[in-house]
Amino acid sequence: MAGPAFDTGCERLEDHEKRLKPRPAGGPWLIDVIARSGLRGRGGAWFPTARKWSAVAAASQGDAVVVINGSEGEPLSSKDRTLLSLRPHLVFDGAALAAESVGATEVVLYLSRESRSTDRAVDRALAERQRAGVHEPPINIVRTAHRYIAGESSAAINRASGGPSKPKFSLQRAAEKGVDDRPTLVQNAETLAHVATIARYGSDWFRKLGTQQSPGSTLLTLCGNVKRPGVYEVDLGARLGAVLDAVGGAVTPPAGALVGGYFGTWVAPSALAGLPLDAERLRAEHGGSLGCGVVAVLPQGACGIVESTRILTYLAAETSGQCGPCVNGLAALSEAMERIAYSAPQPGDLERVQRWIGMVRGRGACHHPDGAVGQLAGALSAFGEHLQVHMSGRRCRGLDVAGFPPPPPPGGRWR
Amino acid sequence: MSEQVQRRLRVNPILCDGYGYCAEIVPERIGLDDWGFPIVSAELIGDDEVLGHARRAVGTCPRLALLVEDVPSRAIERA
Repeated sequence: MAGPAFDTGCERLEDHEKRLKPRPAGGPWLIDVIARSGLRGRGGAWFPTARKWSAVAAASQGDAVVVINGSEGEPLSSKDRTLLSLRPHLVFDGAALAAESVGATEVVLYLSRESRSTDRAVDRALAERQRAGVHEPPINIVRTAHRYIAGESSAAINRASGGPSKPKFSLQRAAEKGVDDRPTLVQNAETLAHVATIARYGSDWFRKLGTQQSPGSTLLTLCGNVKRPGVYEVDLGARLGAVLDAVGGAVTPPAGALVGGYFGTWVAPSALAGLPLDAERLRAEHGGSLGCGVVAVLPQGACGIVESTRILTYLAAETSGQCGPCVNGLAALSEAMERIAYSAPQPGDLERVQRWIGMVRGRGACHHPDGAVGQLAGALSAFGEHLQVHMSGRRCRGLDVAGFPPPPPPGGRWR
Repeated sequence: MSEQVQRRLRVNPILCDGYGYCAEIVPERIGLDDWGFPIVSAELIGDDEVLGHARRAVGTCPRLALLVEDVPSRAIERA
């Protein structure tokens, strides 16, 4: 996908077309090719892309909307803004191909207000396409306040329809009733970049990397305790140890890692090197997923329980405040976990935490509560032995070690 | 594969304010969490008496947050 090194700056339209040759026109044929390629969405859910496209194509009367989701609310992730800053034309090609394939007349580029460098690259790229007379549906930019949950599909649709970027409850799928009640395809920016190359080179080409069930390459954001943090394109068939070695390894012996971002899976140090990246093996062997492609490595001496609690507290504050189980459950969990993190639990705190994890899961309009408690449950299990220190009242030294970059202050607005 | 429609209760958690009447009217399918918000079972409702209770709970909810959802059997097998 990448072509020349990412550090050469934002690729101009002229160079992009010289490098990749012109894109074909999209259409039903492309949905077949995407299906054969096995491409899955890179926004976090790893849902088969062709199935999403088929559903929108079936519902569309030629009036559908394609939303490029580039909002990237995940604090540890920077792959989408990096991609949009350096290879915007790949993403726009993919969106145009999607629009032609599902029957859409409009493309919405959904961006967070935070990322200035993305704004410049995107504005210039859109101007280039207009000047060159690229034949494609109009691409309109919709911006959201930088919130964790603003990138959730129904929140993006809500915002693109003129509302706040808060999730909505619906019995109907976005494919049938999305932006302005039109059939809508919400697709992560990176997924569309893969579409742009698969449409040109075919499904067999895409399958040269990755595994049978998770083919291709993917963008990872490597951060925390790594020598050269940044965004990397990696083979989905690789093991994490090989990926870390290729970028210079860890700075200090890792104390564990969080894979998949704030909704992700905690991995104990012993499992790091052999960690598979493909969806099936990750699920089978670790009950997790690559999520949005973040791999955050904990430094020596840092504590997974403390880091997990910081993240939980941030996520509790980032609730959109709409659903009782999320508002009350995450707040209660965060309070109890703060006590545990500081080794000052009240009697019954851990039992209540375990009960609330089960009680909250699946009960929001969106997956915010599920992701938050999933992350917590993973930490309690991966660091189960160390948890005893916190329960015993002995102060954990991990409190004094800088672990991950601290979560940002919660946002204030929803537009 | 039959196209027979089955039913289950759903709550719109955004509308729900935790009045809790539903848990008293249809305890067969609804409990309350530690903060008074309903935990609604996704189990299909086969029993006519339970379905009657469910419909009464739907009509009683002050926030109109509860609904009986039709589930085509095809969708159940897929899920």
